[in-house]
Amino acid sequence: MSASLAKPSAGTARQPLLDTCHLVETPEGIDLVLHPAGLVPRALAFAVDLAVRGAILLLSFLVLGQFGELGLGLASLLFFLVTWWYMVLFEVLNQGRSPGKQLLGLQVVHDDGTPVGWAASLTRNLLRVVDLLPFGYTLGILSCLAHPLFKRLGDLAAGTLVVYGERPQPHPSLPEIDAQPVPFALQADERRALLAFAERRARLSVGRRQELAGILAGPLQVPEEQAEARLLGIARELMGPP
Amino acid sequence: MKQNAFERRHLAEWQDFARQLDALEHGRAGADSRHFPATYRRLCRQLALAEERGYGSRLVERLQQLALRGHRQFYRHRNPLAARCLGFLLGGFPRLVREEWRPVLAASLLFYGSLLAMGLLVYLFPELVYSLLAPEQVAQMEAMYDPDASRLGRFGERSSAADWMMFGYYVMNNFGIAFQTFASGLLFGLGSLFFLLINGLSIGAVAGHLSGIGYTDTFWPFVIGHGAFELTAIAFAGAAGLKLGWALCAPGRLRRGEALRQAAARSVRLIAGVLLLLLIAAFIEAYWSSMTFTGAPLKYAVGVLLWLLVAAYFLLAGRTRHAPE
Repeated sequence: MSASLAKPSAGTARQPLLDTCHLVETPEGIDLVLHPAGLVPRALAFAVDLAVRGAILLLSFLVLGQFGELGLGLASLLFFLVTWWYMVLFEVLNQGRSPGKQLLGLQVVHDDGTPVGWAASLTRNLLRVVDLLPFGYTLGILSCLAHPLFKRLGDLAAGTLVVYGERPQPHPSLPEIDAQPVPFALQADERRALLAFAERRARLSVGRRQELAGILAGPLQVPEEQAEARLLGIARELMGPP
Repeated sequence: MKQNAFERRHLAEWQDFARQLDALEHGRAGADSRHFPATYRRLCRQLALAEERGYGSRLVERLQQLALRGHRQFYRHRNPLAARCLGFLLGGFPRLVREEWRPVLAASLLFYGSLLAMGLLVYLFPELVYSLLAPEQVAQMEAMYDPDASRLGRFGERSSAADWMMFGYYVMNNFGIAFQTFASGLLFGLGSLFFLLINGLSIGAVAGHLSGIGYTDTFWPFVIGHGAFELTAIAFAGAAGLKLGWALCAPGRLRRGEALRQAAARSVRLIAGVLLLLLIAAFIEAYWSSMTFTGAPLKYAVGVLLWLLVAAYFLLAGRTRHAPE
């Protein structure tokens, strides 16, 4: 009875964090971190692509319409290309990014993080026909919402994943403050949390910073209003001399 | 080691690696690409160290991104497309079809079976055609193959521009049908079954009807040539779809998702072959089948030859004693 109520001790494995990171272990023994994209950015990217395709077709029909039967033939070839190959060509030749995905910062990759190839891209885009059923992408949306990695049916069959592309991170600098000794030994993830607090300091409001730092006021044996400065000092010490 | 010292020591190397990645991502292999694998492995080790030592997430995330980009370049499937296509054409495709004989047989029986049965029925009981096709469609078909007022019937009535128009139309239409037949197999195979049957029935109905009313000399010479490729392609597309559906219905020892993925990897190669067949069919349909200065006997002869060619290709090509390379 009491055992089940006891808090987990510091040594036990922690709960997985509540985020959507997908870890892929590579042969080099490191974990790649992929960030699968959810329904809304994917739908937006698709809408952009739809608009681009519409514009291409409209323009070409206006131009090719001038050329009679030859133009009509070319127009239907183009229609075929744009309908069935637009996504495939862009995804394979442009690092997994159609124009819409590029705009939204998305990218299609294989499940193992490698760039999408012809076979997988063709599979996922041909099977789009089924995701469209019975109307307005219903099956695709349901599948996307139900899957932990937001895959639609085409992605399931092709073994692909839509992820956020990597973006250069801004370079936060630690505030100028004197280094202070670390009062007790820290685990790796505790050090990381502490450094993250210092690095993200500029993005937090003053109240929130004090509130967060205040949690540690007890263990650090300082008054709550000095906890933040003390934490920053420790972060400085952890980083080492610049 | 303190984080800042670590960063100072390796910063130049990381920047260099990022430059190499930029070059590779834009398809240029730089002069130092020989060192890429070694640099990549070193970076992976540094990332593992940084995570182990609890360095800040800014640094760790930066290294993770570099590692991810490196991984993509290092493990990308970079075999030359042209060589793969040629290999597929010369042996891979017929071998694949023979290996997948079960779905191919099932789809062919469904498609050709319904086609022949419906054709025979409509030929014997002409009014049956209206159970499947609307009267306007039937009238349209009759107009198309009318021996007296046919677009096909006179030499030179169709310009090369019209050939182009029809080529575009055939490509769009036939590829659409084939892709639909394949993709709807994901609905536990039901979609593929449906499209195979409906296509077989309607083609059979048209063939039976036109033969019944005596338009044989315009209809059969026109369709026999490209039919070899087009009908085979539709049957194969159906087979690829059935394979998807079968993987979902009976995944065997695998999990459903995994079974589907494996089936899809093979199905999509079948579809690549279907693309090829349909392209050939569209060419023949637009440029040969519509030619009318040749007599019907020559059309039949070429048509039979093409059917034999297709059959020989799928039965014989790619059979080598030794293992393929």
